[in-house]
Amino acid sequence: MSAGPTGVLSPPPEASDIAPRVDSLFGFTLVYSVFFTLLIAGLLFAFGLKYRRGRQTGEVARSRRASAWLEIVWSVVPLGIMLITYGWGARVYLDMARPPAGADEYFVVARQWMWKVQHPEGPREINELHVPVGRAIKLTMTSEDVIHSFYVPAFRMKMDVLPNRTTTEWFRAKKPGVYHLFCAEYCGTNHSAMIGRVVVMEPLDYERWLSGGGAEQKPVDRGEAAFLLQPWVRDMPQARHGRARAILTGLFRAGRCSSRRAGRWWRTTPMCGESILLPAAKVVKGYSAIMPPTRGASPGRTCCSSSPREVDGTGRREGR
Amino acid sequence: MSRARPRAKDRVDDHRARRELPPAIHYLNAEYGIWSWLFTRDHKRIALLYLFSITCFFALGGLFAVAIRLELATPAGDLVSSDVYNRLFTMHGIVMIFFFLIPSIPATLGNFLIPMMVGARDLAFPKLNLLSWYLFNIGGLLMLWTVLHGGVDTGWTFYTPFSTRYATTYVTEAALGIFISGFSSILTGLNFIVTIHRMRAPGLTWGRLPLFVWSHYATSLVIVLGTPVVAITLLLVAAERVFRIGIFDPAIGGDPVLFQHMFWFYSHPAVYIMVLPSMGVVSEIVATFAHKPVFGYRVVAVASLAIALLGFLVWGHHMFVSGQSALAALAFSLLSMMVAVPSAIKVFNWTATLYRGSIAWDTPLLYAMGFIGLFTMGGLTGVMVATLGIDIHVHDTYFVVAHFHYIMVGGALMGFLGGLHYWWPKITGRLYPRFWSRLSALIVFVGFNITFLPQFVLGYQGMPRRYHAYPAEMQVLNVMSSAGATILGLGYVIPLIYLLWSMRYGERASDNPWGSAGFEWATSSPPPTENFHETPVIDRGPYGYPHSEGVPGGLDALPGEQESGSLGLGGAPPGFGPGGAGGVSGV
Amino acid sequence: MIAGWWRAFRDYRPGLAHQFESAEQQREAASLGMWVFLATEVLFFGGLLAAYTVYRILYFDAFKAASHELDVAIGAVNTGVLLTSSLTMACAVWGTQTGRRRAAGLFLLATFVLGAVFLGLKFYEYWHKAEQHLVPGHGFHAAQLGLPEGRWGEAQMFFCLYFGLTGLHALHMLAGMAFVLGAVLPSFVGWFRPRNHGFIEGLGLYWHFVDIVWVFLFPLLYLVSRHE
Repeated sequence: MSAGPTGVLSPPPEASDIAPRVDSLFGFTLVYSVFFTLLIAGLLFAFGLKYRRGRQTGEVARSRRASAWLEIVWSVVPLGIMLITYGWGARVYLDMARPPAGADEYFVVARQWMWKVQHPEGPREINELHVPVGRAIKLTMTSEDVIHSFYVPAFRMKMDVLPNRTTTEWFRAKKPGVYHLFCAEYCGTNHSAMIGRVVVMEPLDYERWLSGGGAEQKPVDRGEAAFLLQPWVRDMPQARHGRARAILTGLFRAGRCSSRRAGRWWRTTPMCGESILLPAAKVVKGYSAIMPPTRGASPGRTCCSSSPREVDGTGRREGR
Repeated sequence: MSRARPRAKDRVDDHRARRELPPAIHYLNAEYGIWSWLFTRDHKRIALLYLFSITCFFALGGLFAVAIRLELATPAGDLVSSDVYNRLFTMHGIVMIFFFLIPSIPATLGNFLIPMMVGARDLAFPKLNLLSWYLFNIGGLLMLWTVLHGGVDTGWTFYTPFSTRYATTYVTEAALGIFISGFSSILTGLNFIVTIHRMRAPGLTWGRLPLFVWSHYATSLVIVLGTPVVAITLLLVAAERVFRIGIFDPAIGGDPVLFQHMFWFYSHPAVYIMVLPSMGVVSEIVATFAHKPVFGYRVVAVASLAIALLGFLVWGHHMFVSGQSALAALAFSLLSMMVAVPSAIKVFNWTATLYRGSIAWDTPLLYAMGFIGLFTMGGLTGVMVATLGIDIHVHDTYFVVAHFHYIMVGGALMGFLGGLHYWWPKITGRLYPRFWSRLSALIVFVGFNITFLPQFVLGYQGMPRRYHAYPAEMQVLNVMSSAGATILGLGYVIPLIYLLWSMRYGERASDNPWGSAGFEWATSSPPPTENFHETPVIDRGPYGYPHSEGVPGGLDALPGEQESGSLGLGGAPPGFGPGGAGGVSGV
Repeated sequence: MIAGWWRAFRDYRPGLAHQFESAEQQREAASLGMWVFLATEVLFFGGLLAAYTVYRILYFDAFKAASHELDVAIGAVNTGVLLTSSLTMACAVWGTQTGRRRAAGLFLLATFVLGAVFLGLKFYEYWHKAEQHLVPGHGFHAAQLGLPEGRWGEAQMFFCLYFGLTGLHALHMLAGMAFVLGAVLPSFVGWFRPRNHGFIEGLGLYWHFVDIVWVFLFPLLYLVSRHE
């Protein structure tokens, strides 16, 4: 079990699909960087020794055409190398930035100084993330206080976690093992203690872990139960039949038509989650925003701060 | 000194002897007493006042660095508490960047030399110049006050909402300190721009300006256009802490990414405020010690402006993982790559300047070569961190820390030390010990690489920056880095000692000990308060070395073509003075 | 003794600073210096205006509602006052250039008075906003905006920017007025002459800049979607 690099000079383990691609891109830049550094250093020393004062040889003035030609060469060659590097880097980046359709969506909530993770299958973890090997996993993240950054060196991926909005990152782990999880954006006193581990497991082990550790209700079911017990829901006719879905669908429809931005936003963020974390952000026309914001609440105090998905009674899963 | 002197040794000696006959009145002995310094309007004295102030801040920032490296010698956070550690790296960053690196070359060497290089008696606004020194110190004292009360723990980047809501330290005072010193920086930049535009001596066309002046012109543009943005940003942070509400407050919909945009709009160009003046210094040193005009004068001058301009378009590369859109990331990455081109052009041109030169391995050249090498490494790793696919991994790790230390310490600081050693005889009229100065240049170079090369590896292995404790498997390289820092520290202490020593006991320098063709060497060392006894008239470029005209070692001027066509007329022998037979003549 | 001071003051004539070759060079340097300073000022306001732009796009509805709480009449009058003060300032520069020192002094005084009128009206507006509970902070209460209470934060953002931008502008006015007032008496006694009017010219540039900032602020803050 190795969490980090094995040797003093070795890179961290390549535990995701993207990791080898980042490493080969890095290798490419490293090769020409070393080449140019040695070239410049070599020329400096060679000229410095050959033409040192008191050791004059015959002088030949260069023609201006030669120097113009040189200027062009050493402008165009670096430019070409830059463009190749840029194109390669952009390709890798776009694959990092765009999660594939059908990725499993995990929710991450960061706060000073801990990571809370909610699995789609139900279990919640703190400062640990268990994932199966070979599946695309998308993290939807938000912060309850300051900016954090979810960084797993072995996956070569990192994304800031911001208050008031969600960010995403994705990976497909390819090697079982235990890897470092770091907070990479300075977040206060215990920034360097806001660390954890990512455990990549074979699918069977993962199933076993799920049934062993997190044998709870699915979040959808648990959320529905909690929702139906709310005083203002309890007396609704649909609630008596246990149909949270009907109530919420109606509300969502009303919400969707209300403001010009709602439609676009509906497609991009879990609406329920944001409405709970920040009720004032979008308010359905005709309703006033009476809900207090949930930000800053401790993980155990409300049923919903740990995961926006939990109370999304519709059970709709994005991208599926 | 004798070995380094050019072939025209005898002429130079004659000249010096002639000049030294009467006890010269110069800017240092024209007046005495503390008030003659505190109320001076002489740009040269203000430069020395600045030199004193920034040396104090450098020592302070260096102490913070020592504490940081000591703490990181072990993986556990056992030397200081994490709160203390957070304050240490924050104060290290703030002091070094805002109170040392940004004013380092412009406010000292630039202040001292620009009027001389343009043939003026002083900067355009001497009182503003003095005011800028006072503002700098007021800001600095405010910063010192926060240090004495426990410092700031936000990181030098002041990211919201941590800085506005969560930090309980003296963020407001620190922000105001930076705000005030920012105005000192703006006044300096404004002074330079006006001086370079309006105060040039007769005959000194733009095509004849020394590259040091060109690079300071580019720097001043960045200062004048960038600093106000960070000033208003930090003012808003301070106001938000005072009034408990403000435009970055997430409770009313404030956007932390907006803060980052506004902060980096200045703070990325700030890197060029630090490194462009160094490039100017290196151009001068390389020309003097290769005894040749800088290869591709015009291209190097334009590259400075290009870097300054492009520097304003790349701030978003600090925010690739901040949640900005992929489109913005792609655009900023491409623009960042473009900065590498003028930088590469400069490096190649300096290297080409050495080709077929007459190279004297004196201390300033050692520093300049150190600059070229370290800046090359800093620049190439800069390309790596500008590459999207790589930056996602190395962002906010020690890879970035190592990269910007290669640019700021390996680049800006090496240039500063090189320039200080190059112009020290001009500033003080004294020479420093050859052996010790060369040794310290070597120690700085070696110590620097031992300190920061391992950090590249640590960063790629995933060690995040600003970590008080780190995984145990990363200790070997951290210990190496800490050991290198000790060597580096030694390399900084030695020059401090011998430069102070030389002010009193150093061998007296001639007016032009390096045999340079630069305009500033045309006056006496140290210069008189008015810089030149008569207003100089310039009829040649700044690098009129006859050596390059195909006259081996000869110093008798032959009019001929030089590298850049505009630098035309007669190459003057080094060591001329106003009224002399060279290219600068009295009116 | 006071009479002696007055005589010294009256007879003082700013000369050529030692670093300049000619009065012409000195004046050109002063002028360029002021232009560079104004470039700095543009970027200084630019930071806040960038923030304004971002939030106006994000929270347009709230910005519109909050903007309609501002008093357009006072804003319009103030625009007129400030534009007139720019005219008097230009006349003061003209008077100095053509050697009409008393006229120049009077025009400077008029500029100062108009500036004071502007700030007086501005202060009245601030006071009125405080009465309406529209100052951001704990006491903020914006029932009259027609916004649900949950979106008062966005309205507070507007007022943060309103007070920030106009406050910064008012500070610039104060600084400019201090210099204008300080220049009145020297102008009367003839410190500034046609060949040596760099100071008044620079002051004029600065005053026009502050004026132009307001010309941008007025529509940005007061006239959001007023045409609807």
